[in-house]
Amino acid sequence: MQLHTIWFIVITVLWIGFFVLEGFDFGVGALHMFIGKSEAGRRVAINTIGPWWDGNEVWLIVAGASMFAAFPGWYATMFSALYLALVLLLVALFGRGVSFEYRGKRESQRWRNGWSWALTIGSILIPLLVGVALGDLLHGLPIDSRHEFTGNFFSLLTGYGLMTGVTLLVLSLLHGATFLALRTTDEIRDRARAAGRVIGVVAIVLDIAWCIWTLVVIGGGTVPQPTQIFGVIAVIFATLLASTENDGWAFVASGFAIAAVIGQIFIALYPNVMVSSTNDAYNLTVNNAASGHYALVVMTVVVVLFFPIVLLYQGWSFHVFRRRVSAPPTSSG
Amino acid sequence: MANDLARWQFATTTIYHFFFVPVTIGLAFLVAILQTVWYRTDNPDYKRMTRFFGTLLLINVAIGVVTGLVQEFQFGMNWSTYSRFVGGVFGAPLAMEGILAFFLESTFLGLWVFGWDRLPKRVHLACIWAVSAGTMLSAMFILVANSWMQHPVGYKLGSQGQAVLTNVWALLVNPTFVWGYAHVILASLVTGCLVMLAVSAWYLRKGEHVESFHRTAKVALIVLIPTIVIQLSVGNQLGEIENKYQPMKIAAAEAQWTNCKPCSFSAFQIGGGNNDKTPTEIIPIPHLLSVLATGTWSGPVTGLDELQTQYEAKYGPGNYVPDVFIQYWSMRVMAYLGSLVLLLALWGGWLLQRNKLRSSRLFLWISVWAVITPFLMNTAGWLLTESGRQPWIVQGLQKTINANSPSVSVTEIWISLAVFVLSYIVLAWADLALMLRYSRRGMAHADAEAAEPAAGGAPALTY
Repeated sequence: MQLHTIWFIVITVLWIGFFVLEGFDFGVGALHMFIGKSEAGRRVAINTIGPWWDGNEVWLIVAGASMFAAFPGWYATMFSALYLALVLLLVALFGRGVSFEYRGKRESQRWRNGWSWALTIGSILIPLLVGVALGDLLHGLPIDSRHEFTGNFFSLLTGYGLMTGVTLLVLSLLHGATFLALRTTDEIRDRARAAGRVIGVVAIVLDIAWCIWTLVVIGGGTVPQPTQIFGVIAVIFATLLASTENDGWAFVASGFAIAAVIGQIFIALYPNVMVSSTNDAYNLTVNNAASGHYALVVMTVVVVLFFPIVLLYQGWSFHVFRRRVSAPPTSSG
Repeated sequence: MANDLARWQFATTTIYHFFFVPVTIGLAFLVAILQTVWYRTDNPDYKRMTRFFGTLLLINVAIGVVTGLVQEFQFGMNWSTYSRFVGGVFGAPLAMEGILAFFLESTFLGLWVFGWDRLPKRVHLACIWAVSAGTMLSAMFILVANSWMQHPVGYKLGSQGQAVLTNVWALLVNPTFVWGYAHVILASLVTGCLVMLAVSAWYLRKGEHVESFHRTAKVALIVLIPTIVIQLSVGNQLGEIENKYQPMKIAAAEAQWTNCKPCSFSAFQIGGGNNDKTPTEIIPIPHLLSVLATGTWSGPVTGLDELQTQYEAKYGPGNYVPDVFIQYWSMRVMAYLGSLVLLLALWGGWLLQRNKLRSSRLFLWISVWAVITPFLMNTAGWLLTESGRQPWIVQGLQKTINANSPSVSVTEIWISLAVFVLSYIVLAWADLALMLRYSRRGMAHADAEAAEPAAGGAPALTY
């Protein structure tokens, strides 16, 4: 296998890792006001992801930086094409990223509500926008022979891109609900499960519709792909399990459902990395967008040596805070 | 126009980002020291101070992290031609930064913040040191990347004219990197020390929590004194390196239009700039420029006019002189404020030795206000480095004017610039409000956190 194909796989894994890990953070962020209800409940919800969300977000940064390093052409075309969408994404990332740390630092209810809204809106916008971006890679954007984007902001709003965004948003909500059910106790856990059941039904419908649309976009005929079948089964399981005591398995299933969507996009994309809707000959591919061989060798060595260590300590951090979170009996927040 | 706007946006967002970065690097290190002292001595005072300054660190980290995202996105968004050209070299250190530094920093920060009552003391202490190491590693990879723009090494040009990495080791031993990195880390430590000193001095002046803040003022001064001494000589050394590889940068920093040998250094000048080659120099100090730029008593410095002629012969017609006004004054802001900080540190050390630190109201008052100086110096340093490289984005290989994204319109950049500026104002307001509030009232909070949790009760929620 050639090195640029290996790096395409590495980048796919990073995007999957980002959405599986940060997906539940988005879900919790978007749902915390509604499932938490009281101030104490909201804090419980936020604290379920407290130790991890920042480390999970690094997967996004590493995915972006790896695209820059391994496929400069891909990074350059994609990031300049998605210009205004990324500005919006960054604002969402500002509001959400700061809200965790700032929200609880003042006793004022207005201050806390403000940051709660920043967290909610940010957590909805990010998976939606990133989903649109990933969908657009596969659907294709107007790109010329020099690999420059020739459209404008509205060219980014492709039907398939929007569908991908909404699907990933709803799957993130489901993932957040199963995560909250797994990490909390009593009423919050009950409410999270109830939410999981409702969101799950919507997610099943969207996931199936998205799979069909994907087949249309890639011209793959009427036979569903293995990843798609796997993904739909996972989302059905997540929804069914959300009604039972099996919080852990429901969470695993919702994670697989997200992984299947991201995996499917990248599998369908290869060997392209970004499709040109202007002309197939202008597609960016793993060949024409890649860095030199030596740079890829260096990066491969770094990943092989250090990524297992990252997985170890990140896994350890999940292990340390595995206990369910509940509000202290006397605390008013 | 699009190019100018993209530059304005990059400068604005980068300067802003770099208000927070050195505080994070410096404070993370100092908080790790405080916690180590607590671990060794078991003195609860150090625990409450660890928590107090730890909270200031966290408030600051939050903004450093989110504004850093803009930095990573911006290369591709606004500088796609540059990204296409350099990605094969420049991208690798950024990816390494993510894998080696960001994961370390953020995962262990989470463990540290939430792990107070769950991790064994020793392991918990190791977490804050891992955070500190992460912040310094992150700066390392950024400086590797940036130094390549100042002095490209370890590459060849590929079939489409793009830069191709040929020797990663060359990037790591690039003299511009080695000295530049030392300079940035020391600057960060100076920043952290001056922040800690300022907050401590504020409390000492008010006469509240005197014992605790006397300890932190002492820690800050003990780290600050050697750091600022080394920093002044490292800065000097970096000047020599830059004079070797980017002579325009240093000649412009001295507004030196003509060749000279020996060369004097002007303390101030009136007028000057790219259109005024004969400013009124105030207090010329003989030989000093020779010493600073070449390390010898009478070393020659090539003037801007001569360099311009050389560059035109080598690279074709064009203007290769950077903004002389920015260079001249940013150099002086760093040198003069750095010297003042050295005096302040020595004064503090002297007071400390005589055990008069808590009673010298003038020193304490100055120390509070001295917190502004590192931010001015840090900004001046990057202006000198980045503006001094112009018109190049990568020295000798690509000009800034040719590097922006052809597909991004002027309107789009206006929108993004406005959005970023507004967002950054809101973030600055929230950050300052919390920082000041916590600096002033945070002790009660730190004490509450430092108290052992009641037996049998659920652990307190952190966020």
